[in-house]
Amino acid sequence: MVDLVSHPDEIKVVSKRFGKGATNLDRYLELEGYKAVQKALGMEPDAIINEVKNSNLRGRGGAGFSTGMKWSFVPKQAPKPKYVLCNGDESEPGTCKDRLIFEHDPHSVIEGVMIAALAVGSQTGYIYIRGEYRYLSVIMQKAIKDAYARGFLGKNIFGSGKDLDIFWHGGAGAYEVGEESALMESLEGKRGIPRIRPPFPAVVGLWGGPTVINNAETLASVPHILLGGAEWYANLGTSRNGGTRLFCLAGNLSKPGVYELPMGYNLKKMIYEVGGGIANGRSLKAVVPGGSSTPLLLPEEIDIPMDFDSLTKAGSMLGSGGVVVLDDTNCIVKFALRTMKFYQHESCGWCIPCREGTDWLKKTLTRFHAGGGVKKDIENIQYLSENMLGRTFCPLGDAAAMPTIAFVKKFRKEFEDHLEGRPCPFEKEGAVEELPVLAR
Amino acid sequence: MKFSEEFETRFSEMIGHYPTKRSVLVPTLLYAQDEVGFLSDEVVQEIAGRLDLTELDVRNVISYYSLLTTKPRGRYNVQVCTNIACMLRGGEELFVHCKKKLGIGHKGTTPDGMFTLEEVECIGACSWAPAVQVNYDFHENLTPGKLDKVLDEYKKKGTQ
Repeated sequence: MVDLVSHPDEIKVVSKRFGKGATNLDRYLELEGYKAVQKALGMEPDAIINEVKNSNLRGRGGAGFSTGMKWSFVPKQAPKPKYVLCNGDESEPGTCKDRLIFEHDPHSVIEGVMIAALAVGSQTGYIYIRGEYRYLSVIMQKAIKDAYARGFLGKNIFGSGKDLDIFWHGGAGAYEVGEESALMESLEGKRGIPRIRPPFPAVVGLWGGPTVINNAETLASVPHILLGGAEWYANLGTSRNGGTRLFCLAGNLSKPGVYELPMGYNLKKMIYEVGGGIANGRSLKAVVPGGSSTPLLLPEEIDIPMDFDSLTKAGSMLGSGGVVVLDDTNCIVKFALRTMKFYQHESCGWCIPCREGTDWLKKTLTRFHAGGGVKKDIENIQYLSENMLGRTFCPLGDAAAMPTIAFVKKFRKEFEDHLEGRPCPFEKEGAVEELPVLAR
Repeated sequence: MKFSEEFETRFSEMIGHYPTKRSVLVPTLLYAQDEVGFLSDEVVQEIAGRLDLTELDVRNVISYYSLLTTKPRGRYNVQVCTNIACMLRGGEELFVHCKKKLGIGHKGTTPDGMFTLEEVECIGACSWAPAVQVNYDFHENLTPGKLDKVLDEYKKKGTQ
């Protein structure tokens, strides 16, 4: 159990049952639980899809694709069973929001999967939770069992004549599995290697059947949309960016935590008011706005609404809602190196630009940070990254390249300060161990 | 090869959840590892047999997932996150501290078999950084002092 935080600017939708004991099914029912799915049972599938489309709900996993649109791609008639797959393989560095949903409100995810299944005409849903979140798998397994016991799941749900099964599934440690096609591979009991698209999962997914894959937060938002109405939800956010989302404030802040704020909330306010400003009286150096894959923003760039379109326009991404704040004591080269070390570790190795690119970038950045860099390396880091962009099977290559390009572009001087064998100007004494310096 | 009753119940339940048998592979391997301590040759053989897979198929999957291991670990696996959000709040210092305190390096095990140390990637505790996971338990908002207490508790529990 982690401490819950709050701020007056929060609008609690997905988090409205946090801390209220909603893991208990009776308590969940008291808090309007399973009302949305009963409403959905009385609606035409197209009406559900339109409601979600009109709410301007966009994927909370990072890509920000319209959820209703995604559902509408599933063919009405299909020769194979259709599936709904909830992506709870939360692993983007900086992101810790789905964890709270599973911990405090597991039934909302189940209900979201049910509504998605009704919308696309599926009878089977899976909720995939990363292996590290064992205590959440326990919570989810119990929640599903409780829902079956009441007849909310299984045959003839709520006496509607419709059958619907939802199962839990667990991972075993892999960032790449958060990518939708790798997620399906993993659920099928294989290495999490992405599939080539097209065909897209909406047409050919799990075991060849049409599959809808949504992030856990996205699905947990759906019941609220059905109950409150598309218009209400859309109006909480900005145009084309409906609703609220969970922002995970992390890094050098005075009051880090997970806060639910409307889409389009100003980033500067988020850092200085909601997050309590930079800790220990330091000043802001940069902020990673949406998980480690998103290019960082400079202090002069943070007066910006946090929605998908505004961040894209600013050359970054809203991503997964992980806002990581760096104060002025941090070295960007080191930050770039740690970010790349992650992608190198997590690259599945299937396609060459990503496997080799991340490895060479990690090696170069390691040597560079340790004082063994040469001027040409700066060009090389940029060149390598740019050549990974758009040339990989899945977005992991882009996720490694995009922030790296921004590190070099926005902090070139800091890279240059590491040249000619100079020690890192930010190194705290005794903080890190010696890094290997390769001979040149 | 004998697993616990709980394992068997879960296994027979889960296998009915999917159209193909091998779909249970990843979670089953993790649960088997939790019981045996690591994925021994015997475990691999047993699971491959149950799911009509070759041992090679199973090993191929094991090598992909970072939580799965074919080597024995200590009783408590201390996983220190040093990814960006933890790094900014002292995750690396925690890792160095653990190395000194336990006298082992990354993926090393103490001679008494009590602790294994691992530097891990993001464990989803970014807003409560720095964080460490011991087996499946999260310990958050740590300092070297607080972590010492946590490890001492485990040691006490392990020697009882």
